[in-house]
Amino acid sequence: MNMFAAFWRSTIGKKVVMAVTGVLMIAFVIGHVSGNLLVFRGAETFNRYAALLKGVGGLLWAARLGLLAALVLHVTAAYQLTRAAAAARPAGYARREPQVSTWASRTMRWGGMLLFVFIGLHLAQFTFGWFDHATFSETDAYSNVMVGFRNPWWVLFYEVSMVALGFHLFHGAWASVRSLGVARPSGHPLHRRIATLIAVGVWLAFSIIPLGVYAGIAKPAAGPDTTAALPAAAPPATP
Amino acid sequence: MGGTGSGKPMNLTLHVWRQAGPGAAGAMRTYAATDVSPDMSFLEMLDVVNEGLVARGEPPIAFDHDCREGICGSCGMMINGQAHGPWKATTTCQLHMRAFSDGDEIVVEPWRAAPFPVIKDLVVDRAAFDRIIQAGGYVSVNTGNAVDGNAVPVPKTDADAAMDAAACIGCGACVAACPNGSASLFTAAKITHLGHLPQGQPERHRRALRMVTQMDLEHFGGCSLFGECQQACPKEISIDAISRMNRDFVVASVMQAEERQVAGAG
Repeated sequence: MNMFAAFWRSTIGKKVVMAVTGVLMIAFVIGHVSGNLLVFRGAETFNRYAALLKGVGGLLWAARLGLLAALVLHVTAAYQLTRAAAAARPAGYARREPQVSTWASRTMRWGGMLLFVFIGLHLAQFTFGWFDHATFSETDAYSNVMVGFRNPWWVLFYEVSMVALGFHLFHGAWASVRSLGVARPSGHPLHRRIATLIAVGVWLAFSIIPLGVYAGIAKPAAGPDTTAALPAAAPPATP
Repeated sequence: MGGTGSGKPMNLTLHVWRQAGPGAAGAMRTYAATDVSPDMSFLEMLDVVNEGLVARGEPPIAFDHDCREGICGSCGMMINGQAHGPWKATTTCQLHMRAFSDGDEIVVEPWRAAPFPVIKDLVVDRAAFDRIIQAGGYVSVNTGNAVDGNAVPVPKTDADAAMDAAACIGCGACVAACPNGSASLFTAAKITHLGHLPQGQPERHRRALRMVTQMDLEHFGGCSLFGECQQACPKEISIDAISRMNRDFVVASVMQAEERQVAGAG
C-alpha cells in the first residue's frame, strides 16, 4: 500500500497513471468510434450493435466503471500536476518564446477541461436522455442520434469537442508512450507518426457522424415516426 | 556576418531584471548598450554595460559566470524569451553579439522557478540541483588502488549514451525553458548517465527513486513533454533521457516493494 502512495505522490508516478489511463481511454475511443460509424449502415444495424453492447450485462458495467475510474484518475492527476506546475513558477517571464512545444501540448489542460464537460453532456444526452426526453428511447439509439443531431447547436458543440479530442490525442498518444518509458530512443523524439494517425483518424471518424446526420446522409428510419418500431432487433429480455 | 572581426559596432537597448536581494522587489530596467562589437560575447557586452554603470556610481548588473567557455554551467539567463538566447546548443557566454542586429531591443531575465530563488539581478540559487545530485547522483566505490583502466568492459554504445547524458553542465536552462518549471531533463540526464554504465548498476534503482523524490521535494513541476528543455539545452540532451528515467523509476518502485518484503519490513 505504501508503495502505491509513494508512487502516486511523485510527479512521475502521476504521469505514469495519466499515461496508463490515457492509453485505456484511447483504446476505448477507437472502439467507440468504430462502433458508432455503424450509424451509416442504418437503424437496424446500429440498434443491433447497441443491443449487443447492452446484452453483455456485467461486462458492460465493468467497462463503464473501469472507464470512469480511468477518467477520475486522469483528471485528478492532471489537476494536481497543473497546481504543481503553477507553484513551480510563481513569477512569470516578461517575455517568453516557446520554441518547439506544439500548440496541442500547450492547450492540453484547456482541451482536457472541454473534453471533461463534453463527456458529461454526451452521457447526459445519449445515455441518460436528459435533453430530448420526449423522444428518447432506451432501445432505439439510432433515433436518439437522429433527433440529437437535428439541432445545429449540438452539431457545432460536437464538432468543436472532436477538434479538441484530436489535439488532445495528438499530444497525449505520443506523450503517454514516453511517460511510460517504453518509447524507443529516437534521433527525433518530437516526431510522431502513430499519434498523428490516431489523432486524425479519430477526429475524422467522430466528426463525420454529427455532420452526416445533420446533412441527411444518415436518415431517420423509414416512416415519419423516428421511434418507429424495430423488427425485433433488440430483445427486451432484461427483467 | 560570420564574425570575421569586421562587423560594424551596434547600439542596442537592454531591458534587464534588477533585484537588489533575495527578498527584494525587482523590476525591469532599461539600459543603452552602445558601440557593441558583434564579436563580443553576450557576457562581454554586459561587462561593458557594467563598466558604464560603475562609472556612473550605479550598482552593476549581477550575473553568474565562470569559465566563459561554455562548459561550466555557471552562466545562464533568459534572453528575449529563450534560455541562453537564440542560438541552439550554446550557453550565454558563447552567444555572440552577431546574433543581434543594430537597434535591437533585448529582454534579459533570470531563470524563473520557485526552486531557483533570485539572489540578485540575474543570479539565481541553483542549490536545488546540488541536493538532487547529493540524493543519488554518484556511484559508491571502495577506496584503494586505482582500478585497471579496462578492467570493467563498457560496450561502446553504452559509453556513448552515458557520455551524451554526462554532457549536462547543470546550468538550469531546462527548468527555465519548461512551461512547468520541471527539472526532469536535468535529473534524467544524471540518472541516465550513471545508469548506462556498469559501475552505476548496483545503485541504479535506489538512485532513480532518491533523485526523483528529491526533485519533487524541491517543488519542481512535472514533465508534460513539451520538448522545450531539449531545445534549450546547451548540451543538446534528448528527452529520451526522461523516458529512461521514468522507466527506471517505475521499475525501482516495484523493486523497492520487493526488497521490503525480502527484508521483512513491508
